[in-house]
Amino acid sequence: MWRRPSARLLALRRVQVAVVAVAAAVAAGVGGSTAGLAPALGSVAAVLAAGVAAEWFVRRRVHAWAYAEREDDLLVRRGVMFSRLSVVPYGRMQFIDVTAGPFERSFGLATVRMHTAAAASDARIPGLEREEAARLRDRLAERGESQAAGI
Amino acid sequence: MSEPDGWQRLHPLSPIVRGGRVTIGMAFVILPTVFGAGKSRPELIELGVLGVLVALGFLSWLVTRWRVDQDDLQIEMGLLRRQSLRFPLSQVQAIDVVRPGLARLFGVAELRLRMGGASGKSARLAYLHEREVEPLRRRLLKLAERGVEEPGEPVQEVAHDERVLARVPTGRLVASILISDVGIVAEAVAVGMIATIVVAPGAAAGVAGGGAVWIISVAQLVWRRFNQEYRLSVVAAPDGLLLRGGLIALTAETIRPGRVQAVRMVEPFLWRRLGWCRLEVDLAGRQRSEGEGQAQRRALRTVLPVGSRALAEELLDHLLPDRPRAQEPAPRRVRWKSPLRYRMLAWGRTTSCVATTSGRLRRATNWVPLEKAQSLRRVQGPVQRRLRLASVHVDTAGRSVHAVIRDRDVVEADGALEELVASARAARRAMNKRPLTGDPRCGPLGASSRLSFTGRARPPWSGDEGGQAL
Repeated sequence: MWRRPSARLLALRRVQVAVVAVAAAVAAGVGGSTAGLAPALGSVAAVLAAGVAAEWFVRRRVHAWAYAEREDDLLVRRGVMFSRLSVVPYGRMQFIDVTAGPFERSFGLATVRMHTAAAASDARIPGLEREEAARLRDRLAERGESQAAGI
Repeated sequence: MSEPDGWQRLHPLSPIVRGGRVTIGMAFVILPTVFGAGKSRPELIELGVLGVLVALGFLSWLVTRWRVDQDDLQIEMGLLRRQSLRFPLSQVQAIDVVRPGLARLFGVAELRLRMGGASGKSARLAYLHEREVEPLRRRLLKLAERGVEEPGEPVQEVAHDERVLARVPTGRLVASILISDVGIVAEAVAVGMIATIVVAPGAAAGVAGGGAVWIISVAQLVWRRFNQEYRLSVVAAPDGLLLRGGLIALTAETIRPGRVQAVRMVEPFLWRRLGWCRLEVDLAGRQRSEGEGQAQRRALRTVLPVGSRALAEELLDHLLPDRPRAQEPAPRRVRWKSPLRYRMLAWGRTTSCVATTSGRLRRATNWVPLEKAQSLRRVQGPVQRRLRLASVHVDTAGRSVHAVIRDRDVVEADGALEELVASARAARRAMNKRPLTGDPRCGPLGASSRLSFTGRARPPWSGDEGGQAL
């Protein structure tokens, strides 16, 4: 019943972490080199270690995402430290948007988000493959229409 | 003042009233000039400016018109940038009559319709003659309820079935403000000022200058509260709950049946000893459009500024007839996580409504009718995981009140989530099926208050504004 975002989401997040880590490492290296070679190497190593640690966090977070389409509602699960499970009835849906930033687009992924009249509702699913995102969007719209309820 | 096709104009004095403070300021500047002696040059310039402003005001009045067209309210305004606004009456959340001090002086009033929908603005008719406002309000409410106006139907002049539910005595209001959080801050500021003046009269001016912004904002908060809640009365009328009150600016607000998203009862620390509480209602719509008065900007509608528990319970019977008591206390281990809040945490549910209490020093009880629940969430943080606790949120379309069943045992939270999802689904289906004059059982403002339930459901894509029958 539970589905997961595409496996490419992990790759995408890894690339994002790597980009940030490398940039930070270069900056640390340049900054540290004014004080000598040893501090420069030390700070680069520290930043890279932080990057590896971040990779571990990112992997756990990516694995925590999951969603399930039930008969009357959509379930979205996410988060490791703060784990959240949202139950959003299709009938409460106001609109759906599908977005893809430059990173996501280059990996062929998209984010589907379901909006309700409540600002706090949190039904976002990142890292869906394009076909799956389109399928989910159409499916949600169809079900939302048939079950619509007034506020 | 009427034109063909039912188009009507606002009251001719409305530009002056809308000018508000500017008008008062102008009067102070200009009147001495007009009645003064000489006709020197600067005074002529002043008169010229006045003339231009009057002309502009007149022009704005001339190009603004409104009418009720079937089940829409249409407003047209603007000369260069012409705007035609259409407000579907079926989406009206509340209708207010607002009368600022200046408007009262000229015998005019503003009619304000709060709309639902994602971008929901409010429709303002500012200003109308005092005589017109009340019949128009009734007519719009009736249209909002039935959808179509029956031809030849007389607009009722008198409310035949009004019953006063609560009135707030001024003495109690003053006392309650004095011991509320805002009041205590204001008193501290005042005492500080007086102390400075007594101890070091020389430094007083400096202190007052430095803290001027502070002092003014605190004074404004206190004043606003007093001004709005002065002599507030709650009346159960056939078209909803009617709230009337105000000191300088008079307001009359109508809360339509079935539009209440959540109800909150707050008992501040010092009030609890006196057995007092405050009752507030949250309606749909999260917009904060500019150009609206302060009455619009505040998040909640106060139904009872201060009153006894018994009175609050009586009003609650009208708002939520089938409401649970929050009596299920939190597990003992919660006191490690939130020692202050622990004693306040509790929740309860019926098949149609959920109640939660929370707060540290003050106690806030929130009720959310399940037919208004937009989504449910189970959230668990790191500390909660250690203690095997979880929270369940019930989100509504209101602005600020949501029910949070905080810090429950994991098994209980999961069970509650499952049950609430099922109950909310049942409540939603019941609401969709309910005919116009509907089911008294679980709607806010149900039949126990002799009001007809009017929450109509429409598919979300049938309307234009964010597409909701609200």
